Amino acid sequence: MKFMDEYRDGETVHRLSREISQLADQNRTYRIMEICGGHTHSIFRFGLSQILPGNIELIHGPGCPVCVLPMGRMDEGLAMAERDGLIFTAFGDMMRVPGTTGTPLDAKARGADIRMVYSPLDALETARRNLDRPVLFFAIGFETTAPSTAVTLMKAKELGVTNFFVFCNHVLVNPAIRALLESDDMRLDAFIGPGHVSTVIGCKPYEFIAEEFQRPLVVSGFEPVDILQSIVMILRQMNAGVAKIENQYGRAVSWDGNTAARKALDRVFETRSTFMWRGLGGIPNSAYAIREEFAEFDAEKQIGVRGRSFPDPALAQCGEVLKGVKKPVECSLFGTVCKPENPVGALMVSSEGACAAQYRYSDATTVLRK
Amino acid sequence: MCLAIPGRVEAIEARTQTASVDVLGIRRKVSIDLLVDEGLSVGDWVLIHVGFAMSKISAEHAEEQLRILASLDEINEAQAEAEGYGQPPNSGNSR
Ligand code: SF4
Repeated sequence: MKFMDEYRDGETVHRLSREISQLADQNRTYRIMEICGGHTHSIFRFGLSQILPGNIELIHGPGCPVCVLPMGRMDEGLAMAERDGLIFTAFGDMMRVPGTTGTPLDAKARGADIRMVYSPLDALETARRNLDRPVLFFAIGFETTAPSTAVTLMKAKELGVTNFFVFCNHVLVNPAIRALLESDDMRLDAFIGPGHVSTVIGCKPYEFIAEEFQRPLVVSGFEPVDILQSIVMILRQMNAGVAKIENQYGRAVSWDGNTAARKALDRVFETRSTFMWRGLGGIPNSAYAIREEFAEFDAEKQIGVRGRSFPDPALAQCGEVLKGVKKPVECSLFGTVCKPENPVGALMVSSEGACAAQYRYSDATTVLRK
Repeated sequence: MCLAIPGRVEAIEARTQTASVDVLGIRRKVSIDLLVDEGLSVGDWVLIHVGFAMSKISAEHAEEQLRILASLDEINEAQAEAEGYGQPPNSGNSR
């Protein structure tokens, strides 16, 4: 493996991994969930699980927005796409996400006008260049992405655009963590907190995890040294029997987050009383809806399709994998029926999903080995 | 979509709340609406996500972010994303 040479901080990695081995108490286990898909990708890419002692298990959480979108929402979006003359815009990652009626790419093959955009602002611009046609933006993402949709809607209002619609699928990270902590098969000891979500929300909103559930959370950067450093911080807390919210990623994340972004979120969105998460079911207060003041842009109100929800295919174990009860390889569809080229579950779609990351790097032995 | 790409501010247009940013050698306009409180100036580095500058970062952090994108094999994706900003598709171009 040549990756070691690519990675500049090899020495630091080994020092940290030795420190982790010393800190890990042989008489107990440490089950640590990384919430963010970016961390999942990094962990698999560098084989970090393999350099940890056997009693530290990393569990891959629900922090990939594409992975938790239920099939029914994709179906609704695609039903809108099949409206006469409508232009459907979405980020590239959405193009291969399966609904029960196929993916956006399948809809495009059937004649729908499906276009990939890199920014919600470009979806708005598409509307301004096609004034005679409705333009839909399929909005998805956690608190990292939601402020950009909010600002785009504020601009649409300022400009008086009338043919732009947003299908809002933005979800919130903390209600999902709460749902995991409250679930019956909960076996998590601590969390590695999301890096980029936290640039927006800061660290304060995680306090309930320590206060109500006595679990440590450390907001972490994405490099191997960051993740290992965060694990050191978690082990120190657990060994001392304390639970605190700590910030390892201070170079990008402040305690209070980004005020302008939070203001935009508050202005445009309200929380839904409940929202379906793929594999996890309905979670209270876990998603944003567009406020009445911006209702003219709300695709659910203006284009409206019936809300439906479909269970995942019977053999798919996406829910168990998301909750950390099962590993990707324990799903009977893994690598046989369900592959990145033809995903059954959304965890196989993007490199931030646990199944795709596992599939892609399954032959990668430890990258950072001495 | 979850990429955060570092870019260097080359020019600021206060009226439209946009900045011209050098992202991986590509010059693009991004929104700075989310950094109104940060007192952004030319030469600053920012982390960009879906066409929006999200946070002001140091030059070292920018370099580190580029390194992590490269080691996660996401640098091409980041480049495609940066190139895509401000280029609304004229017809279905999904890949
Ligand atoms: S292998 Fe496919 S079906 Fe099974 S849990 Fe992973 S994504 Fe879901």
